[in-house]
Formats: sequence, C-alpha cells, structure tokens
Amino acid sequence: MRSFDVPTAIVVAGGMLLLWLALWLQRRLRRRGFISPVDQATYSTLHRASLAARHLSTGLSSEAGDKAGKHLLALLGARALAITDRVDVLSWTGPGETLHRPLTMAVNGALTGAGRTSAADHREVNCSDPECELRSAVFVPLVLGDDVIGSLAAYTDSASPGLVRATEEVAAWVSAQLELAQSSRDRPRLMEAELRALRAQISPHFIYNALAAIASFVRTDPDRARDLLLEFADFTRYALRRGGNFTTLQEELRNVERYLVLEQARFGERLQVSLLIAPEVLSVKVPYLAVQPLVENAVRHGLAAKEGIGHVTILASDLGHLAEIVVEDDGVGTEPDRVRRILDATDGSDSVGLGNVDARLRQVFGDASGLTIETAPGAGTKVSFVVPKFSPGISDDDYASR
Amino acid sequence: MTSSLSLVAVGAVCLLTIVFGALGLRLSRATSDFYVAGRSVSPRMNASAIGGEYLSAASFLGVAGLIYDFGVDQLWLPVGYTTGYLVLLVMVAAPMRRSGAYTVPDFAEARLQSGRVRLVASTLVVAIGWIYLVPQLQGASLVLQIVADVPGWVGGTVVAIVVILAVGAGGMRSITFVQAVQYWIKLTALAVPAFVLIVLWVRAGHPAPDVPSTSWEVALTPRAEGDHPTYRVYSTLIALSLGTMGLPHVLVRYYTNPDGNAARRTTVNVLLLLGLFYLLPPIYGVLGRVHLPTMPEGVRSDSIVLRLPGVVVGGLGGDLLTAVLAAGAFAALLSTASGVAMSVAGVLDQSLMRPWVARLSGGDAGMPVGFRLAALAAVAVPYVVSRLVEPIGLATMVGLAFAVAASTFAPLLILGVWWRALSTIGAIAGLLTGAVAATAAIFASIALRPVDGWPGWTGALLSQPAAWSVPLATLVTVVVSLSTPASVPPGTTRLLVRLHTPEGVDVSRSRPDD
Repeated sequence: MRSFDVPTAIVVAGGMLLLWLALWLQRRLRRRGFISPVDQATYSTLHRASLAARHLSTGLSSEAGDKAGKHLLALLGARALAITDRVDVLSWTGPGETLHRPLTMAVNGALTGAGRTSAADHREVNCSDPECELRSAVFVPLVLGDDVIGSLAAYTDSASPGLVRATEEVAAWVSAQLELAQSSRDRPRLMEAELRALRAQISPHFIYNALAAIASFVRTDPDRARDLLLEFADFTRYALRRGGNFTTLQEELRNVERYLVLEQARFGERLQVSLLIAPEVLSVKVPYLAVQPLVENAVRHGLAAKEGIGHVTILASDLGHLAEIVVEDDGVGTEPDRVRRILDATDGSDSVGLGNVDARLRQVFGDASGLTIETAPGAGTKVSFVVPKFSPGISDDDYASR
Repeated sequence: MTSSLSLVAVGAVCLLTIVFGALGLRLSRATSDFYVAGRSVSPRMNASAIGGEYLSAASFLGVAGLIYDFGVDQLWLPVGYTTGYLVLLVMVAAPMRRSGAYTVPDFAEARLQSGRVRLVASTLVVAIGWIYLVPQLQGASLVLQIVADVPGWVGGTVVAIVVILAVGAGGMRSITFVQAVQYWIKLTALAVPAFVLIVLWVRAGHPAPDVPSTSWEVALTPRAEGDHPTYRVYSTLIALSLGTMGLPHVLVRYYTNPDGNAARRTTVNVLLLLGLFYLLPPIYGVLGRVHLPTMPEGVRSDSIVLRLPGVVVGGLGGDLLTAVLAAGAFAALLSTASGVAMSVAGVLDQSLMRPWVARLSGGDAGMPVGFRLAALAAVAVPYVVSRLVEPIGLATMVGLAFAVAASTFAPLLILGVWWRALSTIGAIAGLLTGAVAATAAIFASIALRPVDGWPGWTGALLSQPAAWSVPLATLVTVVVSLSTPASVPPGTTRLLVRLHTPEGVDVSRSRPDD
C-alpha cells in the first residue's frame, strides 16, 4: 500500500476543481439563457422607454424634459432633441444648444401649428455654421386629448423617412405618458368632486324628517325643539363645510352623534344606539364624512323598513398601529350581490354613500382600507373598515381647520 | 425562602394580564351614552398610563439594588429616569403630537419624507425594544427564584409566554385605563411595605446604615483604582434624560392625546407621578444597608427589595409584604414587557410580516396572523438572549437600552423638530453612527469583557457610551446634513411651522373659516 502521493493529489484536486468550474459555468449560462441581437435590441429599447417614462410621469416640464431627453435621444438615434411646449423650448439634449435653441420655436411654430408632423431641411433650420451637424430636423406635435400642448424636435444632419417615423412613434408614446401624468394629477381633484357630491347628498328626506320631528316638539317641548334645532344647525354646518378632506375620528363621531340625536327625535324609542369607542383612537385622521354615511345607511336601509325596535352599534377599536371602525345594525339586511353592485357603482340606487366612502378610503389608504360589508336578507348589516393611525399620504393642506 | 403567598400573588398578576388582554375593548368602555364619543383620554389618565408602562423591573428592583451596592452616586438614576420627561416636555412632546406620527419611524417618515429613514428607524426600534426586553425577562427569573426557589429559567419563560399570549391575543394594546391602574398598583405595592419598613426602622431606634466604603456615602468618589465617577454619572444622566424620548413604548402613548397642549400637560403629570414613585426605591437601598449589610454568596443585589420584608418583619407579615412586592415587581415587568413587545411587534408586523404573509397566502390571511408571528418574534429573540447573556444588573442593562435610544433617536427627534437644515442623508448617517457606536460599546463591555473588566478610561467609555456617542451622532447628523443640502426634503419649513403652531391657530393662507 502506497502512502499519500502529493503530485497525484494535486492533479486529482485540480481536475475536480476544473470539472466543478465547468459545471458551474454551464449551469450559469443555461440559467442566463442565450440572448439574440433582436431580443437585446427589444430589451434595451424597452429599458430606455421605462427610464424615460419615470421622468415623464411628472408632466411636461423643463426638468422632466431634461431628464427624459437623453433616453428619448438614445431611442431615436438623432443628434439632438428638443422638447417644447406651445411657446418655448423646455429642454435641449445634445450639441448645438446655443445656436439652435433660440431658433427652434421660430421654425417649429410655423411648421407644427397645424398639428402635423413636419420635416425641415438646412435652409429652414437656418443653420449658418457650415460645420454644424444639425442640418435638418423633424418636428412632431405632442397631443393631449384634442390639444397640441407642445412638440418634440429631433435634429440630425439629414432627416431620413425612418427618423420621421421613429420620431412620430416616440412623440405618440410621450403624449400617452403625459396623458397618464395628467390623469394621476387629476386624482385629488376627482376626490374633491366626489366629496362635493357626497356633501350635496345630505338626503332631502332626512332634512324633511328632521325638521318635521323638530316641529312636532315646538309646542309640547320647546326646550327640546330648540336643542334639536341647534343640533341640526351644527350638523349641516359640518356636513356642508368647505375645505379640508380629513378630520379626526373624534370630530366625525361627534357629527354622527348629532345625526343620531336628530334621527332619534323622529324614531323615538324605536332606534336604540350603542357606542363602544376606544378613546385611544379618537385622534386618528379619517376622510371627512367617512362614518356618517355608514350610520345613515344603517338607519335608513336597516331600520326604517323594519318593524319594532332596531339597534345600531358603532364600534371603534384600537389595533396597535391601526384603528378599526364598525357600524352594525340588526335591520332587514340585503342581498350580498346588491351590495357588490353598490360598491362597484353599477347600481343606480340611492346608496351612493357607501360606494363613495369606499372609493375615498381606498384612494387615501390603499385597498386594504376599503369597506368590508357583511350582510344577508333578514340578518342585519355590518360595515367595517380599518385605517392606519399614521399615513404619510395625509398632508397638512388636507387637514381641515375647524 | 419559598412562599406560597407570593406564588399566588404572582400567578394572579399573570392571569389578570392575560384576561385584560383578551377582554380588550370591553373593559375600556361599554355604554350607550352618546356623549362618550366626544370624550378623549384626560392628560392625568394618560400620564398614569405612561407611568404604568414606563416603570419597569429596573425601576422597581434595579434602582434599589444599585443604591444598595454603590450608594449615593446612584441617586442620579431615578433623577435621570424622571428628567427624561422634562426633556421630552420641553423639546419634543407637543411638536411630535402635532406631526400626527404614532411611532418614531412614522415621525421620521413624516419629517424627512423618505422610506429609507423609516427603515433605519424601524430597525432601531426593534433593536432598542429587544435590548429593553432582556432585563425584564431576567428580572422575572430573579423574582421567581427568590419567592419560589425555582430554577432561573422558569421566571423568564413564564413572562415570555404571558406576554406572547397577551400581545398576540389582541394585546394589552394601549388600553389606557388598564395601564393607568397598573401605575397605582405599582406605587402601592412599593409604598405600603416601605411605610411598614420605615416605621419598624424608627421604632428600632433608627440604626445607621452599614456603609461598605467611602464611595458609598460620599458623592463622586472613585469606587476603585481607575474609576471615573464624574464621567460615569454624567454619561448615565445624558443617556437617561435623552433616551426616554426614544423608547418605543413611551411615544406611542402620546398619540392618545388630542392635541399638543394635552401632550404637554400629560408630560407634566408624568413628571409628578414618576417623582412620587422614585422617592421609594432609595428607601429600600438604604434600609437594605441597615438590615442586610452582606448579601449571601452568589445572590444579586437586585433582590434586596424582595428580601427586606422577610428579614425585617418575618413571619406571616413578612410573607404578606413579600407577596405584595413580588406581585408589584411582576406587574411592573409584565406591563413594561407587553408595552415594549407590542411596539416591537407592531413595527415587525408593519415592515416585515405583513408583506411576507401577504405573499405567502396571496393576500388572504387576515391581519392577526402576521401580527401574532411578529409578537412571537418580538419576545422570542430577547428570550434567547436573556438565557445566553449573563445578567449584569437590571438597571445597568436598561441603561444600555437608554444609551442606544439616546444616541440614535434623540438627535433625530430634537434636530427633526428644531432644525430646518436636517437632510435625509444626514439623518440616516446620524442614526447609523449612533447605533454602531452605542451597540459596539455595549457589545464590547458585555461580551468582550476581560475577566477583571476593561481598565480605566476604556472601561468607563465603553460601559457608559452616551456621553460621547450622543455628541458624535449629533455632530455627524449636522455635518452630513450641511454638506448634503440637496436632500433636505421639500416643504420642510411648512412642516416645521405646523409642528410648532398650536392647533387652534390658523396659519394657512387659505380662505377664512366659514
């Protein structure tokens, strides 16, 4: 038996190492896969486009143009690129800025005013420098809806039909991105509109019933009638106030109380209310008018149609960094399918309140904060939602002054 | 010294904790009275709750133990624990409340508008919480060892299980009322035996304490060769007074205040309540020197509070008082431990578990699953550490958690509230510097400790890092912020105006109120 032989050992170890390396390389290559030049080109184009899209998402501005410009330029393969709005050049990418930038609008204005693509040769570009590489240009309008909001200008030494086509496509793509940016900017405005809709939606029935109930007390119990009138005044003041999309849960619940006092004046003993409020969550910020429509819904759809006594329970509980709000009634309930239609706003019923609250909660806090509704005919209804105690999305401006 | 009375008392406290946790909201208020909804937690109630959650095993047992061991210098400990709220009152309380933030990571995100700062702050909350939980679990072991003569691991395990159950089942949550009652239970549990002991001491002709050394009775004298008492005391004071604002379970309580003014009033009340409570531990420390001048071999001085009644009163009376103290100590560490575990679990759930569980279950699992896992993790890690690390004294270990909090969150909060030029990168740099400096010092002073301790200044600097790590972190934050003005978040001035303006004042340029 021979003892340990060093050279053999080294050779064997080296061989194993090589084998392992080869296997490793092979596995890695297989995982990476082979990329054809076409795939490569597609990939890099998409990558450029996604980089540019990120900057365009803020809308048409000088800063966005500067940042997106170099990616767009690479996509087009032109020498220089200008992005303009209707009156001025917003950004210039590439050489020749000092010479051509001041001239761009003059050339451009004449050509794209009609909202069509146009090419300009060296005379129109007006280049006086014989060394200049920017001897021709393609101007394509950027269109938002039906309006021309600016243009994309690609400069090169001689414009080919290919460049014209590419510039048109890129401009169409940029227009689409700007449209997206526009719609995302419109979102807060949309929310404002929804809130206004909800505000205008204090039910005429409620106003009529409340005033009728108050009127019935004027002679028999003037003090109570006066109190109720004051409650009614406070309620409408809160519900119709302007400015501020958010309020504290405390304010919102206070308004719910006013509402319930008025409803109780009408329903009397038929309406039983219990509140179970954890004081820790009173300072949670909620969208303004987020709870009251739920309670109104419980009273109107749950109890008004029911015989005998009805209970409404309002719960607010503390879940650590979240708060949960539940509004429950033991009224007539409804078909789950109908609730789904109400939330999807495909039902033209008078329960717009629920869908509106749901939409606004989702918009501010994300989908996890949407309404959860449990109901069945004859089994009552339970509506609940969860909001975070702190949400970076709620800014100072949104927070209402009292 | 087995006492069935004490065991019953401790068992009752554990049971009550779980029951309160499970009952949850039902206990807080059940009524059909309308106007309840408009009533928020009063500053006094909230202050009691903060006291109830804040006073931990370190305050209940550890302070007396340190005074017993080292004497007059340690009187700064209760002072430091209390002045933390003074700093909080003056610098942070009201602006923090007005920011609308629930936790320190929330504040960081609101102030600096950066997810990265939030991530760093969240990690630190977990780290500080874990360091804070270790001595609570060790304190539990200590209490049960003394009152029931069981092996050391039992107490820590019991508390870990109770806290996991209480937090996981829906939590002691932040039921303000329960925590407020906890404060008065702790105060009574410490005050009644103290009163009895003082009466007995006076009737015995008030014998003088048996002073072990000159450093015990003369302030700021070195304990041994190479000790730096002045540095040690000041560093401790800095850690305690700046660390309070960074403790995860303290700040969340401020959210309950309806506005900045209420936050300030709450803090003033906390100062009163803590001042009252901290009168008591020194009594135990000094009377310990009178009646029990030498501890038996291998017994930690943290146990002095629990041993005194047995020695001085004896018999059934002694057993009764010991039972009261044991129950109080357990209540102290349970409420603190569940408060801290709750905060840590909240952060873990929010930034780690929820996305993870959602991915695993495709978004179907409800919130509790992630939160329960988080509660488990929040307690399991410090439990393991508490079994591995040799106890170094309850108050000392808690002091280290304070040191980390002071070196990280104090600069962030104070500069965040008061300095316009704070930049995102500067805040991150400061947080990381403070965290690395403080934890490295702690690690070196505990894990890498030579047999006879680090010598001289090295030992002093490592065991009490706050005096250099807080200025270091602040300096790094300031310097980096000044050199990266581009990462100062937009809208800083407006935000600061909001933080510093009382809620009633309308400073917006919008149309007048209708």
